[in-house]
Amino acid sequence: MIKQKIVLRFPPHVVEQPTIYHLIKDFDLMVNILRADINPKKEGRLMMELSGSESNYQRAVEWLQEQGLQIINLEQQIIWRSDLCTHCGACTVICPTEALMFERPAMTVRFAEEKCIVCELCLRACPARAMETLVENANFG
Amino acid sequence: MKVKRSIAEINEKIKTGKVVVMTADEVTAAVKEKGLVEAAAAVDVVTTGTFGPMCSSGVFLNLGHPQPRIKLGDAFLNGVPAYAGIAAVDLYLGATALPPADPANRNYPGEFIYGGGHVIEDLVAGKEVRLEASSYGTDCYPLKKIETGFHLSEINEATLYNPRNAYQNYNVAVNLGEKTIYTYMGILKPGMGNANYSSAGQLSPLFNDPLLKTIGMGTRIFLGGGVGYVAWHGTQHNPSAARGENGVPQGPAATLALTGDLKQMQPRWLRGLSFLGYGATMQVGVGIPIPILNEEIMGYCAVSDDDIFAPVVDYQRAYPFRESGNLGLVSYAELKSGSITVQNKKVPTASLSSYAGAVEIANALKEWIEEGRFSLTEPAAMLPSVDAGISLNTMPRRDPENQED
Repeated sequence: MIKQKIVLRFPPHVVEQPTIYHLIKDFDLMVNILRADINPKKEGRLMMELSGSESNYQRAVEWLQEQGLQIINLEQQIIWRSDLCTHCGACTVICPTEALMFERPAMTVRFAEEKCIVCELCLRACPARAMETLVENANFG
Repeated sequence: MKVKRSIAEINEKIKTGKVVVMTADEVTAAVKEKGLVEAAAAVDVVTTGTFGPMCSSGVFLNLGHPQPRIKLGDAFLNGVPAYAGIAAVDLYLGATALPPADPANRNYPGEFIYGGGHVIEDLVAGKEVRLEASSYGTDCYPLKKIETGFHLSEINEATLYNPRNAYQNYNVAVNLGEKTIYTYMGILKPGMGNANYSSAGQLSPLFNDPLLKTIGMGTRIFLGGGVGYVAWHGTQHNPSAARGENGVPQGPAATLALTGDLKQMQPRWLRGLSFLGYGATMQVGVGIPIPILNEEIMGYCAVSDDDIFAPVVDYQRAYPFRESGNLGLVSYAELKSGSITVQNKKVPTASLSSYAGAVEIANALKEWIEEGRFSLTEPAAMLPSVDAGISLNTMPRRDPENQED
C-alpha cells in the first residue's frame, strides 16, 4: 500500500479529460481531492491524496505523465521561511490541520509539511509574511 | 529589608565581572527553590524581554540638507508618507503609516503589505530608501522637488522614538460574532474560534516591576537589538487599572515611551508587520533590566504566569463600541498552555507577541551585563504610578451644530 499527497498540473489541452475517472477505474486507486482549480489560462491544478497498491500507483504516475500532466510533491507547495518567522504563533490557530503548530515549552513555531493541505490561509495570516507559496500557484485561487 | 543594594554597587560588580544576572523566567524558579531573601541576596539584576507588535513606534530622521536646500513638505519614504511639520529636513516616520496608493480595506480584508514599520526595518537593514518630496520654496530653501535615495549611514540622525511600548498587560481577544473579523489582535474566528493574546507573561518587563519602583525616565534598556532609554511614561499610561493582591494589573495599564539611536539597532528586532484587514505596524524587541535593590523588588520579579491575569474581551462588539465588562480573567499559564476555557467553551489560544523572541532578548541583555558591556542607570525621574491619580479620558463627541457644551 502507498499513500501519497500530490499536486497535478494540467496543461489547457487536457483540462477537460476525465483523469480522475481513469485513476479509479483503470488503476484501482483511492482518490481524496483536497483542492481543485482552473485558472483563466485554462490550466488546471488538482491537489489530492492517492492511495492504492505500489505497482498500480507507479503505473498511474507513468500514465499521468504520458497524458502531459505534471506531478509534484504536495509537501513542497508551501514554504515556511524560518529566517523571517518571528515565532509569534498567530498562524497556529488559523492552520486547519495543525501543520503549523507551537512546540512547547520553547514556544517556537514548527511546520509539519506532511500535514499541509495547501489551503494557503497562513499566507495572509502571518503578520511577518514568513509563509510563501510557489510562483506557479499565483495564478490560482 | 534584609537585603539592601544600590545601583552604584551593582555597576561596580558589573565592572569587576562579579555581577549575578538571571532572566525573569530563571528567577521565578530560583525564588521558589531558595526563598525570597536568599534569592535576593544572590542575584543583582533580573533581565526581562518582550517582542510584540507595537503600533505607537516611529523614527525621527534628519536627512541632511541637499544643495540647494529644501524645506520638506509632502515627503514619502519608499512611498510611505512621513510627517514633515517640523524643521526643514527633519521627518517623523510612524510605524503604521501607509502609502496613499495602498488599497487599505477597499478590498476587504486588506493586506497592508508595506508600511512605515517596513521602511524602518529596511533602513536598519542597510537597504537604500527612496525619498520623494515636494515643497513650496522659500528664499532660504529654494528647492521645490527632490527624488533621491539614501542609506541609514548617510543621514545625520535616526532616533527611534516610540510613544507607547511595552504595555503592562493586555486584552485577550475573542470574537462572539458569526463572521471572521480582522483586528490588530489578529484574525479572530467566529463563535470564539480562537483567543489571541499579546504578552510574554512573567518575562514581560512591566510585570516584573508592576508599581514602577525601579523603571523610570532614563532607565537604560535593550531596544531593537541596540541600547535605548526610557524617555517618559507612554501614551495612554494607566497605572490606576485594577490590580490583584500581588500588585499586578488585571488589564492594560502602564506603558513606556522609549527612545534610542536607530543606527546601532538590528533589523531582526524591528520588524515590519502586515495585519490582515487592520494595517501595517512594527514588532519591537524590548528588554529592561530590573536592579534587585531589596527582597521586595525580588518579590515582584518572582511573579509567575499562574499569578498574572488578563481579561477576555469580545472584539466583535464590546471592544469596538466601548461596551464595558469582559468575559472573565484567564492566567498567562493557561494562555501559554494552548487553550483557555471561556463560558464553558474550550478555546485555542495564539500569541501575537513572540515568547521565543522575548526569551532571546532577556538572555541577550543578561549576556551584555555579564560581559560588562551594559551598566545600569539611576532613573532621572520616576514615572507616575498608582498614587498619581491618573484616569483615562474618552474623546468627547460634540455636535458641530450644537456648541454650548
